[in-house]
Amino acid sequence: MAKKTDKAEIIILETADDMPPMPASMGSMRVNKTASWRSIRPIILEDKCRRCMTCWKFCPEPAIYPTDPPTIDYDFCKGCGICINECPFDAITSEKEGK
Amino acid sequence: MKKVLTGNFAAAYGATAAKVNVVAAYPITPQTTIVEILSEIVADGHLKADFIKVESEHSALAACIGAQAAGARTYTATSAQGLALMHELIHWAARGRLPIVLTNVNRAMGPGWSIWADTTDSISERDTGWMQVYCENNQEVFDTILMSYKIAENEDILLPQLVNLDAFFLSHTSQVVDMYDQKTIDSFLPPYKPTIKLDVENPRSFGALTSPEHYYEFSYKIAMAHEKAKQVIADTGREFKKIFGREYGMTESYRCDDAEYILVTYGTIAGTAKDAVDRMREKGIKVGAFKIRYFRPFPVEDVVAGLSHAKKIGVIDRAVSYGHGGAFFTESKAAMYGHDIPMYGFIAGLGGRDVSIEDISGMVGHMQHQDPENMIWIGVKK
Amino acid sequence: MIEIRFHGRGGQGSVKASDILAMAAFKEGKEVQSFPFFGVERRGAPVTAFTRISDDEIRIHCYIYEPDVLVILDPSLIGAVPLTEGLKPNGKIIINTVKDPRDFTFDDAENPQVFTVDCSTIALEYGLGTASAPIVNTAILGAVAKATGLVGIDSITEAIKEKIPVKKEANAEAAAKTFEQLRG
Repeated sequence: MAKKTDKAEIIILETADDMPPMPASMGSMRVNKTASWRSIRPIILEDKCRRCMTCWKFCPEPAIYPTDPPTIDYDFCKGCGICINECPFDAITSEKEGK
Repeated sequence: MKKVLTGNFAAAYGATAAKVNVVAAYPITPQTTIVEILSEIVADGHLKADFIKVESEHSALAACIGAQAAGARTYTATSAQGLALMHELIHWAARGRLPIVLTNVNRAMGPGWSIWADTTDSISERDTGWMQVYCENNQEVFDTILMSYKIAENEDILLPQLVNLDAFFLSHTSQVVDMYDQKTIDSFLPPYKPTIKLDVENPRSFGALTSPEHYYEFSYKIAMAHEKAKQVIADTGREFKKIFGREYGMTESYRCDDAEYILVTYGTIAGTAKDAVDRMREKGIKVGAFKIRYFRPFPVEDVVAGLSHAKKIGVIDRAVSYGHGGAFFTESKAAMYGHDIPMYGFIAGLGGRDVSIEDISGMVGHMQHQDPENMIWIGVKK
Repeated sequence: MIEIRFHGRGGQGSVKASDILAMAAFKEGKEVQSFPFFGVERRGAPVTAFTRISDDEIRIHCYIYEPDVLVILDPSLIGAVPLTEGLKPNGKIIINTVKDPRDFTFDDAENPQVFTVDCSTIALEYGLGTASAPIVNTAILGAVAKATGLVGIDSITEAIKEKIPVKKEANAEAAAKTFEQLRG
């Protein structure tokens, strides 16, 4: 039987019978919050940001939404730092997680 | 409705009668007319399907995989080098548990360049997880395509299937084919309704990274589906007989009951073998023919039940696994382990070489007078 | 089961002839099989095609080695290829030629029954092909029907009209004429 954990959405597959026939997720991958392993937290500096959306284009997750100013979804941002590197205006800074 | 059709037309009409939603295929001799007729049928509006023009066989199967994952019933067809080019995606389709039906017109692998019959192409795909069936005549091609969708789409199976027919001996040979009434076909084969599919309302991720923790189980599940398929194939064959009057099992025995010598074979040679058996019987030789339709799953139980009373068994392969022997022979011999019956492996008909009644009688003569061997080459020029 | 082997040259329509004969027999309720020799066809090169007609299911799937009937669309093949190889005793040979059946002897066949008809001239009369390359495949089928009694001429003409895309009537009438003019 599939066990449900405290975090209600996550299904643990213990036996072959629990598993779907093919390697498919049991639901949307949104339940798999990938931010847990983030060590660097990017922060968008609203004053410096020119809304060019370069960060949104380059985020591989994609965990940046094209709002005004762009916002980072910290449930899924893995802290890869690509947005920091790509921002043409140095408008994204970072701080260490778990300070 | 009965018509005189080539094997390729029977395949194309079979896919049409199965009301496939998506066809993606790339032409290659001798499969070409399957693609031609299906593109016409779709263009004329007789089949409401998307015909996806692709630039290679690799893309053809990729398109089918995408469409099938999104919930469509898909069809493709190829031959030889085309099947080989699909190889990567052949694995993908099986491990993705997508019940695609692929008609492979068995053609020899080059070089030497050959367009003629030889089953090395499909047997090279043995370990991909696909079910494999071999047809004896054009009626069987049409019927098998209908049954293949029913078997492949069964919730407990969900495996793609290769429907094989010999180049030219079926693909370009005209025979009488009964195509039945479409309403009856529809009641036998309802539309495909997958439980797991690509769906924006209920998003899932497919084919993701699978750790050793889970990969082993996915392989186990494919193996178990093949085991279950044996029953589903038998049940589907019986249901087909009830509705359409023709019965198909995983194997077929012809005059084997009191036979001392049994010739095991597949594809069109199985038909010629029946006529050869009749002729040899007239001369008082107790011989029978045993046809294997399904190569995967391999019908071990049926083979044991059908052959264990024989004094000698010969297996005719229209392909060779270099370094050991024909695949139908080695599989049959493994199935018969412990029965202590001499078994002869005959290699015949490679690259479209004709296999005549005389050739088949010669094999029985060989079994009568010679010691068993794994690889006996019939008609090799020495 | 009756086995018929067609011998012609690439471009004469031997393969189509084998299909039309099968279709005609199918119309009379027979089981049929027709197929070409699986080679690489070139205009002018010798071509072989096969038809099987039976009351029962046809299971055999190899070439025809012991035909009951030979249909020779091009007389220049006589002596050039081993036409009569395997012909059954008392087998029938139908030849497209201006000559008389008595002009032909086949030493390697046992008591063959030879029939002749000038299909090339008849084909040209009906505008089928050109003087250098008359298309005789439909015409000769009338002669085959008459010589063998395997199928009726009406089934032949119907099958021709179904299988031939152009000059349907002319093709059918040419066959009806060879049915009348067969010698032998």
